[in-house]
Amino acid sequence: MTRLIKYIVLDILKNKIILVYTLILSALAWSVFSLEDNSTKGVLTLLNVILLTVPLVSVIFSTIYLYNSSEFIELLLSQPINRSKIWKSLFFGLVISLLLSFLIGVGLPLLIYAPGDVGLMMLMVGLFISTIFISIAFLSAMITRDKAKGIGIAIMLWLFFALLFDGIVLFLLFQLADYPIEKMMVGITALNPIDLARILILLHLDVSAMMGYTGAIFKDFFGNTLGISIVFTVLTLWVAIPFLISLVKFKYKDL
Amino acid sequence: MHRFKHTAVLFILLFQMQAKQLLVGKGKPFISIKHAVEQSVSGDSIIVFEGIYKEGNIVIDKSIKLFGKNYPLIDGEKKYEVFSIKAPYVSIDGFKVYRSGYATLNDIGGIKIYDTHHVTISNNVLDDNFFGIYVQFSKYCLIKNNKLTAYGEEEQKIGNGIHCWKSDSLQITGNYINGHRDGIYFEFVTNSVIWRNISLNNVRYGLHFMFSHNDSYISNVFKNNGAGVAVMFTHKVKMFHNIFEENWGDAAYGLLLKEISDSYIIGNKFRKNTSGIYMEGTNRIKVEKNEFKSNGWGMKIQASCMDNEITKNNFIGNTFDISTNGSLVLNTFNYNYWDKYEGYDLNKDNIGDVPFHPLSIFSIIVEKNPPAMLLFRSFMITLLDKSEKIMPSLTPENFIDNHPLMHSLKI
Repeated sequence: MTRLIKYIVLDILKNKIILVYTLILSALAWSVFSLEDNSTKGVLTLLNVILLTVPLVSVIFSTIYLYNSSEFIELLLSQPINRSKIWKSLFFGLVISLLLSFLIGVGLPLLIYAPGDVGLMMLMVGLFISTIFISIAFLSAMITRDKAKGIGIAIMLWLFFALLFDGIVLFLLFQLADYPIEKMMVGITALNPIDLARILILLHLDVSAMMGYTGAIFKDFFGNTLGISIVFTVLTLWVAIPFLISLVKFKYKDL
Repeated sequence: MHRFKHTAVLFILLFQMQAKQLLVGKGKPFISIKHAVEQSVSGDSIIVFEGIYKEGNIVIDKSIKLFGKNYPLIDGEKKYEVFSIKAPYVSIDGFKVYRSGYATLNDIGGIKIYDTHHVTISNNVLDDNFFGIYVQFSKYCLIKNNKLTAYGEEEQKIGNGIHCWKSDSLQITGNYINGHRDGIYFEFVTNSVIWRNISLNNVRYGLHFMFSHNDSYISNVFKNNGAGVAVMFTHKVKMFHNIFEENWGDAAYGLLLKEISDSYIIGNKFRKNTSGIYMEGTNRIKVEKNEFKSNGWGMKIQASCMDNEITKNNFIGNTFDISTNGSLVLNTFNYNYWDKYEGYDLNKDNIGDVPFHPLSIFSIIVEKNPPAMLLFRSFMITLLDKSEKIMPSLTPENFIDNHPLMHSLKI
């Protein structure tokens, strides 16, 4: 399996796209920090990058890569290798290469300009978001055989998590304004990894505002060790569940 | 001979006028402070040497001066009021006043000043008292360089640090107050000044200020108090160069203004508070050259406020610079620096060419629906905010700074 992963990582790294992605990320991060006079503003801009660009690139690149390597997969299947091993190797190959470019592109400037718990939290969150959207890409690639449809599903999922979900939450908030829904809302955010990631960083960035009435409820939940470990468990589930579903599907799929 | 007689009379007079010094302590003429006070006449000084004195309630009803050497410890044993001052021109300096009594019916203080004038309380250490220094119906008193510490946990079980009631022309200077109910409490106190005090970690307010006209407080530090600082039902207050810091909580405000008029807030620093300033029913106030930094809400200006001028302030790194609860705007904003301003300055006069709308739509949404805070900094909210900034439709149109500064002011 290690050898397989090595081949896949090398194949991806040979691909120019991942290099361009790294370059764009690092150009963004370095310029953001050197242009703004206070690092908090830089962190905020980077937050938008992590919450929008990173998931978009992760999900689309992975989906396209999966479809493009269908012939390679078929070739591998003709060899005496376990099916789940192939699928897992593909997953880890993609994860390793995308995380590597994220670490080089964003991690380096982040640790230099914003060391401390905000920077560290953003790095963790960025790594999780990348992995989660790779896992979602695996699921969408398994749902349909048609490449265009698969990419469409991936983009729709990204759009849903990045944008539509918040709209629905806002709508719910106003519809249910008369009820004590704060605790329920904490639960609902767990349904969207991007929201979860955002709130984790928010609690570090806007501490003063978060000490207000509702903020205090979130702070109570997300602020302590138990809350943070729950959040990271949920994020891990977001990595595991879509991938495991796709793995089961891949095992029994007639290719 | 005649001349000699005159000189002799003068000498005798001088001798009588010269105040006695009464020494209290181990191996000194007096062992008890109470006894020394009884033997003294107005104008005398009592010097108390190091030691522990448990004498119950010490009443001072003559114009005498008490000095402590090396902080003699006066223990109230959690039963008595330690010093009760009932005469003018009294001075208490250099004592350690410890463990005053606790009562629910009357307010027992470590040092209490009753209906008098020209009293000086300076350089004392007050530890674990119910009320620290209590001033009632008094004038021209000076409370200077005292250190008050208490260990209050519940509001009803602890008194205020420096409590002033129905008084006039007081000076509260250079005191350090920690852990009381309200650090400094002013009710019906006029023409007074609160200067260079530090008020920290108090259970309720750092400074509690009501019906106290024509006062000023200058260069104080209020930090990490349960509910910040409240100034209410007062006119003509001057608030200069104070620091309001780390007052956290939904009902905690750096500075709460309620029914205030004709006052000045100049040169203060508001940092890391949930709300920097909260204004309600506040009229004709000048807010100038203040710094609002890293607050949740820089200023919350309720619609009941009128004719306030907010000029030349720095708003830096606040989650929300301004919020309000209505659409009526009767206050003016001018020449402030907003770090969220994204306009340009073509003629390089340091004043942005495009007006700035400090009220973000999201702050209105949160005001109406607090749980929406959950969505803060999400992409959709950013989109909403941006579009609202370009074409204000839901935020009041005249909530505007027509002359936003391009660079922050040096404050």
